[in-house]
Amino acid sequence: MQPWQRYRLRLERKRWRLRALRKRRELEPVADRTAGIVPRDALVFSTFRNEMPRLAEFLAHYRDMGVGHFLMVDNGSDDGGGAYLAAQPDVSLWRTEASYKRARFGTDWLNGLARRHGHGHWCLTVDPDELFVYPFHDSRPLRALTDWLDASGLRSFPAMLLDLYPKGALGTDGAAPDPEGRWFDAGNYAISRNPVYGNLWIQGGPRARLFFSDRPERAPALNKIPLVRWHRAYAYVSSTHMLLPRGLNRTYDEWGGEKACGVLLHTKLMSGFPEKAREELERRQHFAASAEYRAYAEGLEEGREPWCAQSERYEGWRQLEELGLMSRGGWA
Amino acid sequence: MSLGIVLLAHDNLGRAAQAARIWAEAGCPVVVHLDRRVPTSGMLRLQADLSDLSDRVLFCRRHRCDWGGWGIVAATLEAAATLLLRWPAIGHAYLVSGACLPLRPVAELQAFLAARPGLDFIESAAVADVPWAQDGLSEERFTLRFPFSWKRQRRLFDAHVALQRRLGLRRSLPEGLEPHLGAQWWCLSGRTLRAILADPRRPEFDRYFRRVWIPDESYFQTLARRHSVTLESRSLTLARFDAQGKPHILYDDHAPALAASGCFVARKIWPGAERLYAAARAGQRLAPGPEPIEPAFAAARLRRTRGRPGLAMQGRLPRPGWEYGASPGPWTVLQGFDELWEGWEAWFTRATGAELHGRLFAPGRVEFAGGAALWRGALPASPAWRDHDPERFQGNLLWNGRGRVQAFCAAPGDLAPVMQRLAADPEARVGVISGAWALRLARSGRPAVALRAEAARLQRAEAELLAALRAPQARARARIWTLSEALAAPMAPLFAMAAETAPGARPGLAAAPRLARPEGLGRLLAALRDLGTPPYLAGDLDALCAPRDEARA
Repeated sequence: MQPWQRYRLRLERKRWRLRALRKRRELEPVADRTAGIVPRDALVFSTFRNEMPRLAEFLAHYRDMGVGHFLMVDNGSDDGGGAYLAAQPDVSLWRTEASYKRARFGTDWLNGLARRHGHGHWCLTVDPDELFVYPFHDSRPLRALTDWLDASGLRSFPAMLLDLYPKGALGTDGAAPDPEGRWFDAGNYAISRNPVYGNLWIQGGPRARLFFSDRPERAPALNKIPLVRWHRAYAYVSSTHMLLPRGLNRTYDEWGGEKACGVLLHTKLMSGFPEKAREELERRQHFAASAEYRAYAEGLEEGREPWCAQSERYEGWRQLEELGLMSRGGWA
Repeated sequence: MSLGIVLLAHDNLGRAAQAARIWAEAGCPVVVHLDRRVPTSGMLRLQADLSDLSDRVLFCRRHRCDWGGWGIVAATLEAAATLLLRWPAIGHAYLVSGACLPLRPVAELQAFLAARPGLDFIESAAVADVPWAQDGLSEERFTLRFPFSWKRQRRLFDAHVALQRRLGLRRSLPEGLEPHLGAQWWCLSGRTLRAILADPRRPEFDRYFRRVWIPDESYFQTLARRHSVTLESRSLTLARFDAQGKPHILYDDHAPALAASGCFVARKIWPGAERLYAAARAGQRLAPGPEPIEPAFAAARLRRTRGRPGLAMQGRLPRPGWEYGASPGPWTVLQGFDELWEGWEAWFTRATGAELHGRLFAPGRVEFAGGAALWRGALPASPAWRDHDPERFQGNLLWNGRGRVQAFCAAPGDLAPVMQRLAADPEARVGVISGAWALRLARSGRPAVALRAEAARLQRAEAELLAALRAPQARARARIWTLSEALAAPMAPLFAMAAETAPGARPGLAAAPRLARPEGLGRLLAALRDLGTPPYLAGDLDALCAPRDEARA
């Protein structure tokens, strides 16, 4: 990479950091318990809107792995989720009615919060419908992973988004949780390198095959780097798909070996998806005039279902590793 | 009283104190060395933690311990001297760290050592005879000078090494020493340790090792060879390094494997491993599992350095040539076969047991076996999705099909997007009947003039594939027949590719496929030739155009 390209990325990073400072002013503290954060806590950063049905599972999942504090941004929820979170002892909550889109889909808000509260901490930036799963998560707490990353000199840890879906029609909101289990696509992912930022670009899964099979380039990106040992100089560029400085994006091995990586179990399709798709389509607060949500709405009207005879039923991280979706890498 | 402990601590002082307590309460005298980089407050807390054991736990003078530097040896020497001064009668001294734990009751170790008086346990291998080395420094650890810290002054370190190599600077070893390397953690007899400490030439040795690279892995290992009477060259501490040269960390879930390994002491224990610490504190024996821990470490090393062949994922995307096996297993591509025979698919599948797909890379369609809309792994039969990332499409087909040989058909031009990968893949078996596209053209019944452009296009695409397969760097196993050869001995290519696909298969002639030679093939080939587009890839044109079918026509 040429010096001028490096300099351009440096300027870009500064731009996102300044923007984060400006956008942070849109956040109004509802419950600020950040004084309770202790130096070696792992932190969760998240922004949400009307996710009440998912919040309890979300908190439980991350508390179980030993997260110390949650820093959440409520983007205009009206389903009581804000009040629920404000009452939690380990949650700091901010609220904003400002445009999600103008905060670059929440990235600016979370960059701003991470800059103030995340420095020196392992920070996990996830949506309420994303459940982080890493190798050995059933026997080792998150602290074991971050200690190992520290000892190995690693600053970031990738986890691709894996869409889970029910068996049967989408849109059974309020139905009993996964009576037939949670299913996923095991092997239909496209991968390429992003030459500028050095991250991988991964697409595929049920959303690509159901809603974007004729326009694959529009299919949502599944690559994510949610866990970062934060430094105030870092910035997420777009969602948690990539960061600057771009060394943080080099989470894959190019010389044949496997680097350790996890998975974000994505429960978006598991329940309430049609309602959410309709609502987001009306709000037009998503990327490219919510083209993604337009495609969802069309597909849902035709009654497309993700489950097929080739679907795999989720059994745990060892299954995902066996299928080649994640890896322990050198961690034994 | 016959086993004494030298304990080096530098962080996680709470756990280090627990380790010291476990040894001391089992009756071992302990000398603790605390890295001088730890602030005094930490030292005071550690001393307070262990104050009730002051008759058995001593603290020695502190040295600054930089990784790879002399400080660790200085600390060890200091603590060992303190131990021998205060408890001169000990039979063995065991060097442990604050992150080491006894995994069997200490009494078992004491009994083991008491039964082996005077025996030294220290891994010690002649430098010239082992390939262990990080950074390519093995013998040079002893012949160059290393005044800079590898961790904090890496550039200076590297530049200084390069400079010494360039100038050919070498330092000579002290007379009578043969350099040996081995794990840092030893258990030496009191006699040997005392001899090392009291060696009259020790100032000379210390001066020399002060500038050796990572002396903690060579000082005692070398000098034990000088003073030991009987030596077992192995460490009683289970400590392994990963592919990056960092010590493997041990967790609660390793307990069964550690117990199965039967080691007395293990490191490096994760400070959060509550169960391991609780068991060690209680002096309990861990319940052994079916597998020792070594295979898990070996598998981790292999996974980190070589990966799984044919896998591309978020943690592994090898550059071309670095795949260590581009595919998970053998696979087959057949070009032109579907033009030449009728009903051969069932025969081929039966003969080889392979999963035979149609043309997976045909323009505008994807023909999975049986016309499936979704293949294994929910791979969709969508041409747009395939063309979005053809290499991954093919990679996914093979990865998802692990356990069954995958085979598919192709026509000229189909394979263009994956051609380079195909040619470079030693697992690929490629069968081509060159010029077979002429059969399809002949079947269309259209005049040669109208087919000429299409024929030229197909021939050009096929020639590109053949060139890639025949390139000197190509590693795919390619078998190529011309159309005239295939027509002359029609079963030969089928049998050959069946054997390539399933070595040892014995395809029978039962329900053998029928040759599908269209009327007018010779006429078309001759006409193309005469129009100036010779179908040269079809082989022997004279034989193909011979008036055999013309005469009948």
